[in-house]
Amino acid sequence: MTQNVLNDPTLLFLGLLIPLFPLLGFLVNGLLGKFLPKASAGWIGSGVVLASFLCVLCIFNAVSAQDVIRIDVFDWIVFSGIDISFGFSIDPLTVIMMLVVTGVGFLIHLYSIGYMHDDDGFGRFFTYLNLFIFFMLLLVMGSNYLMMFIGWEGVGLCSYLLIGFWFKKDAYNDAAQKAFVMNRIGDLGFLIAMFFLLFQFGTLDFAAIEKLVPGITSHQGLITTIALLLFIGAIGKSAQLPLYTWLPDAMAGPTPVSALIHAATMVTAGIYMIVRSNVLFAMSSVALQVILAIGVVTSVFAAIIGLKQNDIKKVLAYSTVSQLGLMFVALGLGAFTSGIFHLVTHAFFKALLFLGAGSVIHALHGEQDIRNMGGLKKLIPITYITFLLASLAISGFPLLSGFFSKDEILAHAFQQNILIWIILSISSLLTAFYMFRLVYLTFHNSFRGTDETKHHIHESPWTMTVPLVILCALSVVGGVLGLPAVFHAQHWLAGYLSNVTAGSLPYLHHPEHLSHSLEIILMSIAGAGAILMILFARHQYVTKKQLPPSDVSLTGFEKLVANKFYVDELYERFISQPVFKLSDAFGGFVDKQIVDRLVNGVGTLVDMSGKTLRLFQTGSTGFYVFAMVLGMIVLFIIRLLI
Amino acid sequence: MMTLLLLFIPLVSAIIVYLAGQKLASKVALSLAVVELVLSGVALSVYLKEGPEPFYIFHDWIASPKISFHLALDGLSLLLVLLTNLLTPIIILSAFRRLIPNAKSYFALILMMQFALVGVFMAMDGLLYYIFWELALIPIYFIALRWGGPNRVPITLKFFIYTLAGSLLMLFGFIMLYWYNPQQSFDIRELYELAISGSNQSWLFWMFFLAFAIKIPIVPFHTWQADTYREAPTQGTMLLSGIMLKMGLYSLLRWLLPVLPLGVAQWGPLAITLCVVGIVYASIIAIKQNNIKNLLAYSSLAHVGLISAGIFAMNLHGFQGSVVQMLAHGINVVGLFYCADIIFNRTNTLSIDGLGGIRNLAPKFTTMFMVILLGSVALPLTNGFIGEFLLLYGVYQYNVWLCVFAGLTIILGAVYMLRMFKKVMLGNVGSGVQSFPDLHWNEFLALGIIVVLVIVMGLYPKPVLDIAEPALQLILEKSIVQ
Repeated sequence: MTQNVLNDPTLLFLGLLIPLFPLLGFLVNGLLGKFLPKASAGWIGSGVVLASFLCVLCIFNAVSAQDVIRIDVFDWIVFSGIDISFGFSIDPLTVIMMLVVTGVGFLIHLYSIGYMHDDDGFGRFFTYLNLFIFFMLLLVMGSNYLMMFIGWEGVGLCSYLLIGFWFKKDAYNDAAQKAFVMNRIGDLGFLIAMFFLLFQFGTLDFAAIEKLVPGITSHQGLITTIALLLFIGAIGKSAQLPLYTWLPDAMAGPTPVSALIHAATMVTAGIYMIVRSNVLFAMSSVALQVILAIGVVTSVFAAIIGLKQNDIKKVLAYSTVSQLGLMFVALGLGAFTSGIFHLVTHAFFKALLFLGAGSVIHALHGEQDIRNMGGLKKLIPITYITFLLASLAISGFPLLSGFFSKDEILAHAFQQNILIWIILSISSLLTAFYMFRLVYLTFHNSFRGTDETKHHIHESPWTMTVPLVILCALSVVGGVLGLPAVFHAQHWLAGYLSNVTAGSLPYLHHPEHLSHSLEIILMSIAGAGAILMILFARHQYVTKKQLPPSDVSLTGFEKLVANKFYVDELYERFISQPVFKLSDAFGGFVDKQIVDRLVNGVGTLVDMSGKTLRLFQTGSTGFYVFAMVLGMIVLFIIRLLI
Repeated sequence: MMTLLLLFIPLVSAIIVYLAGQKLASKVALSLAVVELVLSGVALSVYLKEGPEPFYIFHDWIASPKISFHLALDGLSLLLVLLTNLLTPIIILSAFRRLIPNAKSYFALILMMQFALVGVFMAMDGLLYYIFWELALIPIYFIALRWGGPNRVPITLKFFIYTLAGSLLMLFGFIMLYWYNPQQSFDIRELYELAISGSNQSWLFWMFFLAFAIKIPIVPFHTWQADTYREAPTQGTMLLSGIMLKMGLYSLLRWLLPVLPLGVAQWGPLAITLCVVGIVYASIIAIKQNNIKNLLAYSSLAHVGLISAGIFAMNLHGFQGSVVQMLAHGINVVGLFYCADIIFNRTNTLSIDGLGGIRNLAPKFTTMFMVILLGSVALPLTNGFIGEFLLLYGVYQYNVWLCVFAGLTIILGAVYMLRMFKKVMLGNVGSGVQSFPDLHWNEFLALGIIVVLVIVMGLYPKPVLDIAEPALQLILEKSIVQ
């Protein structure tokens, strides 16, 4: 794994421009926005991201699998045993992430021009969105953990600002705050992991740590501790059990935000972080097992909840949680490249699904309940076709992007643990079912809303449909990034990332490769299963024209699922409420009645003694002489006794 | 010469302002405070070129007991003097366009306060330092007493007596040190070299620690704080929270750790535990406060708890973190209390429940409030982050579990701050908010300076770290028992 450091000044300059463009957009829109015409905010915002994307393409062209570009901007925190620079490092993994962030990011910016057209906060929206891209780029480009952490918390801030974008609604503000706080729980883990690393190695630089980590192989406990602490951060950011509940609530934000932040980019930061630290994680089998377990459970758990959701965005949100779980499974199995592969294809089709959902919501003037939709396929055909293809992709329909990336993870699971393979297959079947439940209820049969609404339904403007079409193309053909050997093709992505994950190879357990025939059988099972579930959903929702019942009529397990297993309620009851009660108790009782009373007690004591002693100061000479004599006698007696 | 100018300009300014009369008082005060700030800038450049030598001043003052007029300015002192002189004009500016009765006395007292604070940070003779320390109490006492809220009289009295009681203990401590010193003086260089037995240091530790713990304050010696912050006029609260409590933190570094290393070795573990418990305790209390100023007071309590914990962690990272965070906290807390004042000025209430929706009416104010708040919850690229990162790393090296517990502050801080922001600024316009004009020029300027500082310090903390390092290195060497 020899690395080739590129020092071409043009490349360094281009690399620096990548995060600077969105920052510029943020500053221009944020500071000068009110001097510019309203519409310009959207074009400025999209333009800067496009500019970044073009720079990324140039870099992509120059950086081959062995290459890395390092840009040290300045010494950030450097003194006595700490050496943290403010710098960037661009290797193939970063390039892939940058392509997704700026590429998908640009399409979503473009889409937002149409989607947010009538919103009062149009300029503010693009300001936040650009800031998000800036921080996301910092996250994937940073050359050390602290730089990553800047981006990590920065995107959390943008997520907070954008979830609560419509700040007049209290429920949205609550959702925003919940997201920020739950992320901070994870961030504490990340922070403490950094302390361990810093203390051990004196640096947080990725490359340096990757070289130094093998030196502490004998300290298994330490490695596991660091890995698990980092993973806590990933759990928060990537919405895994038990810190996932903020993500469904985050759907309060405008739909492009859900597509960009809460599907394609930010929530995948946890995956990126672990792949970035793959050597460290590979060295701790315990940590990998934990990741695997959490990934598997989250994947199924969220898929089950997805079955009973009726809000178009909530279905997609739980689907995201479930798919992220799948990516963590890949990481837990040591298949780091497969995790990234699925991250990329997921970014395509999930962004598309959200944008499609946005297009539906846009057409229906804000309606999000799929029970009030139906029959939209004729009315908004572009949205329908792209949404359909994305749903096929996520369901693992043969030869679409999701099929390949999911299959790769399933194959790894099959090799290592058949039970995991079975659970994941079930989760995939559930995914296919709830996705097509969504498709059929939304687009098929006849419209269930009012005629008035139906009259106004129209296809979205080009700024919205063009991104849909491009993302759709990517969702369909995205699989070419990683065609399996069965197809007599090179797995391009695995080759491109080979240097990134090379360090972890010695620590991973490598089972025999599956025979091609077995691989084909597994693929066929997965593909057939997906098709069967789609047909089953069709039978239920098109042929039998079933409609999800209203929430009040549910009973038993269905009610439990529809209410998301009451996890929010449990957290509220057992975490939030006790903390609030504690706050009252500390503030009201302990502080006022105990601590302050003691303080005042000292004061009162002094006051009282003063008052008492004052009584002796009578002013009568006789009393003083008497007291003096009395005192002398007492002293005399004491003297005699001793 | 420069040292004397730095010290006495505020005193002379106070007199000039008092003579300038009611109408001109605020403008004259601001101009003179800016002069002092410019001079501090010059001092900074001199320091960067020539180091601390040019600032050294030593004159015999009283022969017996031997008290000398000994001033010096090392990196630590320089940064705190800079903080004081930077915040004072902002604090004065914040009083513009507010109706302040008897303005000449008010501004003169603020400048008096500046004089005493600069003195505290530069004095290197124990008794001289003590004089400045007590001198600082007098102007703030009158500011709170004469310009404070409805309950000011009993609350100010309690504050005065409580901190004075602590200071008296410190005075006893200094007298004891004097007797232990074979040279019979209060000179800091001699105090650093004393060989006092462990049991005696143990007593002395508490005399000094209590004085500082009340001033900072460290839980459980904090009960004067929230009431005083609430009742004092805004500028008084800013002086108290922004600068005055730094006296206590600074003194831990300057006068406690290096003078009584054995005492610290004995009681440090208890002290750091108190600090860390205090962080979580104060953060939890802050969650349910319904008065913005009370909430900020408890938030400040949590922050200074972490700063003190970093100091008692006894390593360079904790020390550096404490210095960065003293500056950051000073700047941020002044900004936050100013935001509270702006809200009170327009709505006549500080009750969180009665407010709401201010963002609808005052977007500029909202943005600035948000940035300062983010600094306070230590978001990366703000000044609060660098400080908290180093402090927690310092505590981590002392004990991992204490660090985890102290680290809860980053979660709880987000809870109480965002909760307050949500209720006050977001949502629909609250019943208590009738009209809310956006920032006036002086408010925009004062908050703008703070916002810029929040970001610049967070982005590039290196100068602060570089300036503080040699002084802190020296203190650390003296503080650790060989």
